[in-house]
Amino acid sequence: MENNAFYVALSLLLNLDASLFQIVALSLQVSLLAVLIAAVLGFPLGAAVALWRFPARGGVIVVLNALMGLPPVVAGLTVYLLLSRAGPLGEWGLLFTPGAMIIAQVVLVLPILAALSRQKVEELLGEYREQFISLGMSRGRMMPTLLWDARFALLTVLLAGFGRASAEVGAVMMVGGNIEGVTRVMTTAIVLETGKGNLPLALGLGIVLLTLVMLVNAGAYMVGELTRRRTG
Amino acid sequence: MTSLNAPLLASSALFPPPALCFDGVAYSHENKVLLGPCSFTLEGTGPTLVMGPNGAGKSLLLRLAHGLILPTQGRVAWSGEIRPRQAMVFQQPVLLRRSAVANLIHALAVNNIPRRERSKLAFDALERFGLTTCANTPARVLSGGQQQRLALARAWVLSPQVLFLDEPTSALDPAAIKAVEAAVREFHQRGTRIVMTSHDIHQARRLAGDVLFLSGGKVREHTPAEAFFDAPVSREAQVFVAGELVE
Repeated sequence: MENNAFYVALSLLLNLDASLFQIVALSLQVSLLAVLIAAVLGFPLGAAVALWRFPARGGVIVVLNALMGLPPVVAGLTVYLLLSRAGPLGEWGLLFTPGAMIIAQVVLVLPILAALSRQKVEELLGEYREQFISLGMSRGRMMPTLLWDARFALLTVLLAGFGRASAEVGAVMMVGGNIEGVTRVMTTAIVLETGKGNLPLALGLGIVLLTLVMLVNAGAYMVGELTRRRTG
Repeated sequence: MTSLNAPLLASSALFPPPALCFDGVAYSHENKVLLGPCSFTLEGTGPTLVMGPNGAGKSLLLRLAHGLILPTQGRVAWSGEIRPRQAMVFQQPVLLRRSAVANLIHALAVNNIPRRERSKLAFDALERFGLTTCANTPARVLSGGQQQRLALARAWVLSPQVLFLDEPTSALDPAAIKAVEAAVREFHQRGTRIVMTSHDIHQARRLAGDVLFLSGGKVREHTPAEAFFDAPVSREAQVFVAGELVE
């Protein structure tokens, strides 16, 4: 019985295991905060690329699209080099803290949010452009209108970003260090337990992680449906 | 009403409506001339009906006049130095993914109407166009006729001196067409200069003050409505008024 992953997952949850809850809380905290920061930066960036015409625009779009596939370990390595003692941002003393993990995940999620929101906003702009010009709107004024009107599509984009952040292990492992009680999150714990041969616990953690991601998605879906019904 | 309408009422009472001047205007795309070159001046009170068969360049002419696109040749100018306040209603109304009233409030907000005045102006316009009960309905789920009336209400709250309408009734049923035409008359009575495209000769007879007739990207004639319908000058317009098919 103790070797059954579902049993382990269930007993982890039912026993309100304190260290498990800390891991879960940190996982959510890091990933949600990273997605939030990436959204605040990435949505306006995506909208700006959709709205403005500038010489290197095509290049920017290609780079953003390509960075959607940025390997987490490469992002982790870059942030590691930046934050390490000898690195340019070493003074911040962020390496092996949750702050470093958030930075690394922002680097991973930002291109996804920017590239996909660029596409969504551009589609919407095609539909709205003449009306906007007719209303005498500047490009800067169009941006909030477009972002708000693309809100349902952007919610899905946000979930894609959250999926990337919560599933990712390479970057948080490198810059966080998987320190118990400090920077250990679900994915790094799974890697550790697998390495130790504690497969039921690793699988149990995996089931908890999946359930969490499922809950976040279900919540977002319900919020989306409710507002869609109310405001079209 | 409010400060928004005050300058408009004053100006339309004291001054003639702004005249629109096309000076050798042409528009071409990929070396193909789609419109013009044409020169004419829209004066008087209108309403001006821009008529002609499909593909004659009616919508293009309207977009050039409104400034949505720039001519590849020639100049579009207004009498007086300032560009008049203007609005446009499209064949397919472009409505935001928000409630009906939020669409109007958005239009007021981008035109820098003070926040406290927006709601009242918006609800007044909804009432005028018979949309009060749909105020909080998502604009996208309104019927075609309601959507077009909402687009007209959005133009109304902006108090335009000139209103362009591009085939506003072509996708509507008779009852909705009637409502749109009534709205156009209301704009006209308020002193808004109407410039509207239509390929429906009956509609033109009901609304037109003067007719600008296009075919094949050229302005064939520009005459008062009675003259156009009774004795069109150009061969194309004669064929069009006679109800035959014009190329």
